[in-house]
Amino acid sequence: MPKVVVDPVTRIEGHLRIEAQVEGGKIVDAWSSGTMFRGIEIILRGRDPRDAWLFAQRICGVCTMVHAITSVRAVENALGITIPPLANVMRNIIYAMQHIQDHVIHFYHLHALDWVDITSALRADPAQTSALAQSISDWPLSSTDYFKGVQDRLKAFVSGGRLGIFANAYWGHPAYKLPPEANLMAVAHYLQALDLQKEIIKAHAILGAKNPNLQTFLVGGMARPVDPSSQNALNADQIQALRQQARMAREFVEKVYIPDLLAIAGYYKDPWASIGEGLGNFLAYGEFPKDPSGDPKSLLLPRGLILDRDLSKVHPVDQSKVAEYVSHSYYEYTKGDGVPLHPFEGETRPKYIGPKPPYRFLDTDGKYSWLKSPRYDDKPVEVGPLARMLVAYASGVKRVRELVDFVLGKLGAPPAALFSTLGRTAARGIEALYLAELLPGFIDELATLMKQGERRIHAGKLWDPSTWPREARGVGMSEAPRGALAHWVIIRDGTIANYQAVVPTTWNGSPRDAKGRRGAYEASLIGTPLADPDRPVEILRTIHSFDPCLACSVHITDAESGRELFRVDVA
Amino acid sequence: MREPTGVLSTRGSTQKSLEEALAEHGITRRQFLRWCAMITATLALPARYTRRVAEAVMNPDRPSLIWLEFQDCAGNTESFLRAEKPTVAEIVLEVLSLNYHETIMAPAGEASRKSRDETVEKEKGKYLVVVEGSIPTKDDGVYCTIGGESAVDIAKRVCGNAAAVLAVGSCAAFGGIPAANPNPTGAVGVRDLVKGVPVVNLPGCPANVANVTATIVHFLTFGALPETDSLGRPLFAYGQRIHDNCPRRAHFDAGQFVQEWGDEGHRLGWCLYKMGCKGPVTWHNCPSIQWNGGTSWPIGAGHPCISCSEPAFWDRASPFYRHLPKVAGFGVETTAEKVGLGLAGLTAAGFGAHAVATAIRRRVSGVLAGTAPAEGGPPGERGSGARAES
Repeated sequence: MPKVVVDPVTRIEGHLRIEAQVEGGKIVDAWSSGTMFRGIEIILRGRDPRDAWLFAQRICGVCTMVHAITSVRAVENALGITIPPLANVMRNIIYAMQHIQDHVIHFYHLHALDWVDITSALRADPAQTSALAQSISDWPLSSTDYFKGVQDRLKAFVSGGRLGIFANAYWGHPAYKLPPEANLMAVAHYLQALDLQKEIIKAHAILGAKNPNLQTFLVGGMARPVDPSSQNALNADQIQALRQQARMAREFVEKVYIPDLLAIAGYYKDPWASIGEGLGNFLAYGEFPKDPSGDPKSLLLPRGLILDRDLSKVHPVDQSKVAEYVSHSYYEYTKGDGVPLHPFEGETRPKYIGPKPPYRFLDTDGKYSWLKSPRYDDKPVEVGPLARMLVAYASGVKRVRELVDFVLGKLGAPPAALFSTLGRTAARGIEALYLAELLPGFIDELATLMKQGERRIHAGKLWDPSTWPREARGVGMSEAPRGALAHWVIIRDGTIANYQAVVPTTWNGSPRDAKGRRGAYEASLIGTPLADPDRPVEILRTIHSFDPCLACSVHITDAESGRELFRVDVA
Repeated sequence: MREPTGVLSTRGSTQKSLEEALAEHGITRRQFLRWCAMITATLALPARYTRRVAEAVMNPDRPSLIWLEFQDCAGNTESFLRAEKPTVAEIVLEVLSLNYHETIMAPAGEASRKSRDETVEKEKGKYLVVVEGSIPTKDDGVYCTIGGESAVDIAKRVCGNAAAVLAVGSCAAFGGIPAANPNPTGAVGVRDLVKGVPVVNLPGCPANVANVTATIVHFLTFGALPETDSLGRPLFAYGQRIHDNCPRRAHFDAGQFVQEWGDEGHRLGWCLYKMGCKGPVTWHNCPSIQWNGGTSWPIGAGHPCISCSEPAFWDRASPFYRHLPKVAGFGVETTAEKVGLGLAGLTAAGFGAHAVATAIRRRVSGVLAGTAPAEGGPPGERGSGARAES
């Protein structure tokens, strides 16, 4: 039969297309294609490296600050800048809240409708829904009246016959397994989560001026002054507000997100706890430095690599082993597409040779994506919450082990169940809880530093480009909600000579490499059953479990072309 | 601003009373009227319009909205999710029929395109469109395709048959970051591509959702887009310079400037001019409405404004930490005024070849240095240079 095409893949960030070959009701091969390109790294060339984070942050507006922080880390690394402790802890608070908020939005607003049938919620008995909700959590919004109110609101919406964003979905598909009451409960929490996410993210506005696109990062620290005696600086009132937002986040994750995750997963273990993971290799750069030293040992979520699903060994990570292929990407290398290049040597030229739009199918034997194919030590790897939780688990992070074991125990699932679509979704929830528990400690640390009289928010030295060496190169690494993220920068004569980001969705959504090896999305879909190829909800389940972010993943660098035009000299 | 008295409401009669409609949706009247009053205030309309706004918003024939994403980062979508009054749930369930929005819609692939295309076919000339992201025009539009169709073709077809289009965020309004030098993909804003349909620009990186919802509500209430400046930006949101409404303005006038990050002046909230603030050349209501439900905003948090609602700010306002140029013989105040007027003139000139060349040159020597006030013609009194007196 012809390929099944899903384009656009919705409920993600960006423009993703999946083509799948189906035989005997199962996917036997799959191709992942990013269909949009902007060229932000070309745009970065010749700019002031202190401005880079503002540009890089616009790579993605969803995980909005991750490229900003990674960018300033790259420049700080290049110039040998150590940031003050206040800046370090402010960044940790911002980053932790980003993860929690992003994970909540992903679960309820991007992923849930793969498992939750909204139309079935209309048939639910509010009293039984209340009983169900109260059996799994002591979250207060659980009365019969409350669920009846939600159901009435939904009925009023549907009665007009206009379903808006819910129209034309795969409702009634046999793959939906939840009883009406669980569906109604999930819809109610979908609406609650919409309200919650905008409240807890106000922590970003307090420390970062606004969200999306925070505006207080600096190469060398933060632009958010700290002074308990000033109304124009971070003071005690705002610490209280941060604590309140952290409390709300934790309570929701503990009492709504995790119970919902466990309840929904319980209905879908077969087959989703045993399919949907394809590569077996997992990479994490680690995140949440306890101190600004840059020592990987200070990372609360550890750095590491797991190969062949072997949790008995965590391999060290070395950024020099990252390299990108373009053999199936719309770029060309001057010395041939067969050899991958390290980001510092990054040399890429856009070369679209795909079909002229409008088109029906891609030429998947040739080049078929704007994503490159990054490989670690020449291996395809998966990144993201599952990789982080596996690396933390295998590294012996006590609380992560407890939480993973708790979730597996509740589901009555063996550890092997982690290597699946549901494992990926569960790992994201576990991580949200782990970070929601960690976040109050970061805020306490900030308050303690303030109390001790600490006021330094910026390194001070090396702000002026005239103090920089003629050439410097650096790497910034971090863990975005969607996985391992790194930026590489080469600074020459005070301006950016080369800039490259290798981002989570490029790892996960990459097309095949020169050796024909699939990326994580492609590999994860093999063997997935498809009940109705015209309504491929199964493809959405697995692809959404990765939480794709395509705007992040499409990029370009070019070490040579354009230099004559944009050669600049700021100093 | 002028009251929109001459505009006919398209929403004269509703089948149900406002009270009945509210009861049906489980919204208290007090709560509802409160956010209608807020929107009325954001739109700079007299309070007596609150009732009319309320009726328009609760119209049971929720008008259709198609939200298109092209060369975007979903930052404006995220901003939309932060909506406070009304919330995004209220907008989606009660105010509009959001028929297509890739980031949050339930269907995918062909089924999702059906939601979009049926709206275009069956509601020609009646639906609203939001565009997020720029549109790449180079090389037959291969740099952005959705369902195998180029963004260029989708934009022309879907926007071209709409009642009105909101270009939300600086990318959709002016090309934004993809159009920054050297604009590798030939990225443009909506107005450069779509003709014959009213397009309002709501720049910002991202656009502030309070301005987006207020613009939508204005359209629902009066059947027309709000009055704009010559760059297509609503006057209610972009009619005043940040510098003129900045709570730190007194420090600017007094010559009290932050000199280093975290110094005493920084902690006390002094002026960020010397750290690179572009507030004097930026037209936006950030100081008054702020962000995230009024929690904070860039200057308030201690970082300079980067001029994110002005055309080509990525080239013209960078390097972002270089302060605005000082002209010999004038004090700081005069200099900033002159620069503000100069940029207003320059932005009015649009994307002329000279403007692009200037932008390239500025990457060398500081973006706003040498800004020529002559290009848009000499502006009139302060603040009126870039406006269309419609």
